[in-house]
Amino acid sequence: MRSGYRKKELAWIYLFVSPPVLGFLIFGLTPMLFSIWMSFHKWDMLSQPTWVGLANYRDLLQDERAYKAIFNTIYLMIGIPIGMFLSLVLAVLMNRKIPGITAFRTIYYLPVISPIIAVSILWQWILNFDYGLINNFLWYTFGIPGPNWLGDPDWVKPSLILIGLWSGIGGTMVLYLAGLQSISSTYYEAAEIDGAGRWHKFAKITVPLLSPIHFYVIVMGIIGAFQSFSQIYVLAGDGGPEYSGATIVFYIFQHAFKYFRMGYASAAAWVLGIIIFIATLIQFKLSDKWVYQE
Amino acid sequence: MKYKKIADFWAFIILLSGSAFMMAPFVWTLSTSLKDRRNIFELPPKWIPDPVTFSNYVNVWKAAPLLNGFLNSATIAAFVLVIGILVSAMSAFAFGKFDFPFKNALFLGLLGTMMIPYSVVMIPQFVGFSRLGWVDTLLPLIVPGLFGNIVVIFFLRQFLSSSLPNELVEAAKIDGCSFPRIFWTIAMPIMQPALAAQAALSFMGIWNDFLGPLIYLHTPERQTIQVLIASMQSMYVSSSNYPMIMAAAVISMMPVIIVFIFCQRYFIESLAISGIKG
Repeated sequence: MRSGYRKKELAWIYLFVSPPVLGFLIFGLTPMLFSIWMSFHKWDMLSQPTWVGLANYRDLLQDERAYKAIFNTIYLMIGIPIGMFLSLVLAVLMNRKIPGITAFRTIYYLPVISPIIAVSILWQWILNFDYGLINNFLWYTFGIPGPNWLGDPDWVKPSLILIGLWSGIGGTMVLYLAGLQSISSTYYEAAEIDGAGRWHKFAKITVPLLSPIHFYVIVMGIIGAFQSFSQIYVLAGDGGPEYSGATIVFYIFQHAFKYFRMGYASAAAWVLGIIIFIATLIQFKLSDKWVYQE
Repeated sequence: MKYKKIADFWAFIILLSGSAFMMAPFVWTLSTSLKDRRNIFELPPKWIPDPVTFSNYVNVWKAAPLLNGFLNSATIAAFVLVIGILVSAMSAFAFGKFDFPFKNALFLGLLGTMMIPYSVVMIPQFVGFSRLGWVDTLLPLIVPGLFGNIVVIFFLRQFLSSSLPNELVEAAKIDGCSFPRIFWTIAMPIMQPALAAQAALSFMGIWNDFLGPLIYLHTPERQTIQVLIASMQSMYVSSSNYPMIMAAAVISMMPVIIVFIFCQRYFIESLAISGIKG
């Protein structure tokens, strides 16, 4: 009787867990294996694929644009520590009993939920060289002529970082705010008895106790940066002046869906996949050293 | 005590000026979208449009099948939200509350799939879906979502482990309650707030998705709102018709902003919970 029930139960359990497993086999594992196969072939989806061995990987290592795309993608990660700092400051300010907190939280969070395409479009207008809001503000307030944000190869990446900060700090801030509220006040009380000042309490208690959140933000930030695409597509049509805005995913997209070099693009995608894997692995290894575990 | 008052005052001032910086792009967009095309090049720029015109909205609505765009985005979201989240809830329940052979291996394996970047599977998936003749339909964007999502499963499993006591499941079993009935009548009602939070987050993700829809959808009538807006942008930016583009951007932002304002609590809670536990 019991074993009959258990058998039925097991059947239900496997039925319940099967969709994600099937989904992984169909839309994850099979495409991955197929992608490895493709990366050793030359294929435009119209003619027959031809075996080229490692030629795609070799060409990739010799393409200056591929290096530019990797460099740009990593450059954009400068925004991660800046964003963490700003979000933490905002979260500390909001963790007080002052009027209008809910309104502030909504305002800072609004860019997070806004569609990235619309966000890119509105920043394109704000960063317009002649008529943009920022350059006019700089000129009429300080008499400084602003840069050609999206037209100058030296300014494209800072522009993208600025947009990323505007649209991202609200999300990180909410995480930090939740973290701050979960720190027990006994830590601070004990530190006060020992005569710790405000700055000391912040640097020695608040910042280390938030380390799981720092870790989460860094890991997700790096994975996200490695995947950034949409804003580049809108703001830097062909990769921007001198390819200064192109990211790795943009590079892959161009080769796959503009030039239809499916094999070559698959090779590039695998290189990206391996870079992300190694970067994440390194962070988890390093995390033992600095992330605080309760 | 006096220090605290002064600090509160400065915190308020800093937050207020920060809000101005956060809001300015939205206000500027709205203002531009209500301007006549000739007036956008005035220097210094004016925040309040004079005269106010709604013609950009009318023209944008005529110029592109935006209603279709909304319907297409909503169709994808509806299928993936209802079926995908139900399926995720089912496996979260099985993973969280029962023991079975290979449980940990399966779960860790699924967690590992979070490491696969979309760009690796995007090309082979495209090849596969084009063999099936699914290009230029919504199917490649719907079908993979119906199999559940490991992030949602992980989150719901965490939620169940703290809010559904094992004793309750055991008691129900002893009373002869079948497995699907325990799921449907006990676990589902308990999971409700977590499901709402995940639905809100997933909605944003689907609504704002761009790369997938861009690859698959080519006919304007079949595109999602994001792809439509992006192609409008490339069309009008060369002619500097910014009021039109801004009107399009405002239209595409409206649904998410409305959903956000009504479901704000769920967003912020779920983000905070998933962040700390993740």
